[in-house]
Amino acid sequence: MPSFYHETHTLFGHLRNPVLQWIFSIDHKRIGLMYMAVMFTLFFMAVGAALTMRAELFAPGAQFLEPQTYNELFTFHGVTMIFLFIVPGIPATLGNFMLPLMLGARDVSFPRLNLLSWWLYILGVILGLSSLVTGQGFADTGWTFYAPYSIRTDAHVLSTLTAAFILGLSSILTGLNFVVTIHRLRAPGMNFFKMPLFIWGLYATAWIQVLATPVVGITLLLVILERTLGVGIFDPTKGGDPVLFEHLFWIYSHPAVYLMILPGFGIVSEVLPAFTRRTIFGYHAIAISSASIAGIGYLVWGHHMFTSGMSDLARIIFSFLTFLVAVPTGVKIFDWVATMYKGSIILSTPMLWILGSIINFTVGGLTGLTLGAIGPDIHLHDTYYVVAHFHYTILGGVIFMFIGGLHYWYPKITGKLYDEGLGRIAFGLAFVGFNTLWFPMFLAGFLGNPRRYFDYLPDFTVYHQISGIGALLIASGLVMIVYTFYRGLRSGREAGPNPWNATTLEWHIPSPPPLENFAKIPYVDFEPYEYDAGEPLVQFDENFRRIR
Amino acid sequence: MQQEMAYDAQGQPHPVADFHDDYGGAKLGFWVFLMTEAMMFGTLFLLFAIYFYRHTESYVASSGHLDVWLGGTNTVILLVSTYTMGLGTMMLRRGRVRAAVLLVGATTLMALIFLGIKAVEWNMEISRGIYPGSGVLDALDRGEILFFGLYFVMTGLHGLHVIAGVALMSWVLLLIRSGGIRPEHTIAMKNVTLYWDFVHLVWIVLFPLFYMIGV
Repeated sequence: MPSFYHETHTLFGHLRNPVLQWIFSIDHKRIGLMYMAVMFTLFFMAVGAALTMRAELFAPGAQFLEPQTYNELFTFHGVTMIFLFIVPGIPATLGNFMLPLMLGARDVSFPRLNLLSWWLYILGVILGLSSLVTGQGFADTGWTFYAPYSIRTDAHVLSTLTAAFILGLSSILTGLNFVVTIHRLRAPGMNFFKMPLFIWGLYATAWIQVLATPVVGITLLLVILERTLGVGIFDPTKGGDPVLFEHLFWIYSHPAVYLMILPGFGIVSEVLPAFTRRTIFGYHAIAISSASIAGIGYLVWGHHMFTSGMSDLARIIFSFLTFLVAVPTGVKIFDWVATMYKGSIILSTPMLWILGSIINFTVGGLTGLTLGAIGPDIHLHDTYYVVAHFHYTILGGVIFMFIGGLHYWYPKITGKLYDEGLGRIAFGLAFVGFNTLWFPMFLAGFLGNPRRYFDYLPDFTVYHQISGIGALLIASGLVMIVYTFYRGLRSGREAGPNPWNATTLEWHIPSPPPLENFAKIPYVDFEPYEYDAGEPLVQFDENFRRIR
Repeated sequence: MQQEMAYDAQGQPHPVADFHDDYGGAKLGFWVFLMTEAMMFGTLFLLFAIYFYRHTESYVASSGHLDVWLGGTNTVILLVSTYTMGLGTMMLRRGRVRAAVLLVGATTLMALIFLGIKAVEWNMEISRGIYPGSGVLDALDRGEILFFGLYFVMTGLHGLHVIAGVALMSWVLLLIRSGGIRPEHTIAMKNVTLYWDFVHLVWIVLFPLFYMIGV
């Protein structure tokens, strides 16, 4: 059977040119892969920026960068990683590819809108990176664009702001598409509580995308208008209030943190049952906790502003609400641990990444509680402790989950198997490297090393040097993953439809999937993760009739 | 086209939803889109409220400068235009295509008149030297700077939505002509009607906020 690599639907019917066949394709699988190609290019550019900063920070004093260049570098790293990579990341790539497959649908609800999202994303990328080459220098505000600095700085903030605005629009459209797809195109019989948990993660994410992104969109638009027309909403010399900018910015950007992690949690909930050969423990609790995290996530933005002028009562309320997020998150973690308890765990590469991510995320989450408490936050605010905390959650959590998901679905996407040995070594390098890189930062931050500074006191040298070594380790791990995937593509064995003995719908169709996924749509009246003596309980024949 | 079926373990058929011509999906998608619009305008209303609380007196004073009659006329125009647009959809569903075309055309015309009046109003302010970043405005009280800053941003953004509405309604007219919208297939028209309803609702809130607090 020809796969989606061989034939496709495009915006303009049948096109002969293979490049045009890709960039005008309205097939969700191709669009997901196009996102992936662009995003990982950007990811490695941002990793390059990070390594440059680490090299500069290897010893106190100036090494080879100007302070202004350093400011632009960390802004580039932040903007690229946040707006171009991790916020759209999992939904646009794996989500786009897997959502219809797991729902038993032939595409998303609005395939052409899906392509439009990709084009808007590309436009945002081009605009965002354009200031790198136009000569005025990249934005130097940090990815948060805090007013009034972002209104006053001479650096080229305008194109970056516009890019962020357009990327927001792209993200909204993806979220909208997913919400409608999940409501409308579930296979017959599949009610909400028979959906795979990755879909639950994407569903919660999609609502955050839809409801939070417009707030930051309009806020960034106001900054654009301040710079071009001088409107004055956030400009203190005209009576505007820069703290309001922070409020509006974090009303979006805090839920956005959960927007990054929720699809990651979804991946964990897919991988664990497949590699423990057991039903996931507490399916309903995990599903509901995704929705609760999304809901509570709206109410906690104030914890970013404990030091920017806020009443004590507001600080106490925000602190309390912040602690509350730990409850559904804890529910998830305990459910995962309970799933593994007495299971026959198969330690293949996706499982290793997921286990690593759970460990890292637990460290990141618990240090988040220290920062959510008002007292410690006053001490730790804007130190390397914060940097370590969010890298533990985002890099050690989300990106580890993302990479785990990439390994997990690699056979489905490519039809090939990668080399397990290489995959495990790459994980080992990355996991050890990650912890070597970030753990010293907790200590440096606790002792008072501020973040974002181009230089530091000699007392902190040892922490930065250990970090530098860790950075090299994790970078080599990442390069090795790319090599593993490349080699799998070149000379990997054929994967077959279901190499992991997984249970969800995407594993019942050929790898790589055919153009419209399902020749016949199955009827789904069973739970998503059911095993019987290590084998998937539910099996279909080629016409999607239940045979077990 | 025949309805596709999926069969359960007992052999019972169940209809399969498809993304082509999914009426419910198109409707749901548009409602979700309107939620994002509501969040966006909501943010601006929040900003308005906060600064109104801080600078009530200068807000009231600057509101007095706006022409409540022009604004009021525009409000009436939008109210009527929503009515004609809704009526147009109803007519189309009853198969009275020509009446529908006339009603959508009338709505488009009213939207253009709205924009014209809005242009006159902006022009009045600008000729007094009041626009964002102008020396005259920046010399005024901080509350007034914020009031007029928000006035231009919010009515400007609303105006952009009206312009988009004109484009959408022209598109609807083209679709009716080419058969893309038919009495039994009106989802595009319904969504544009919903959009126009939303645009008019935003104005219904904008009008008292900017024009009436000074009366």
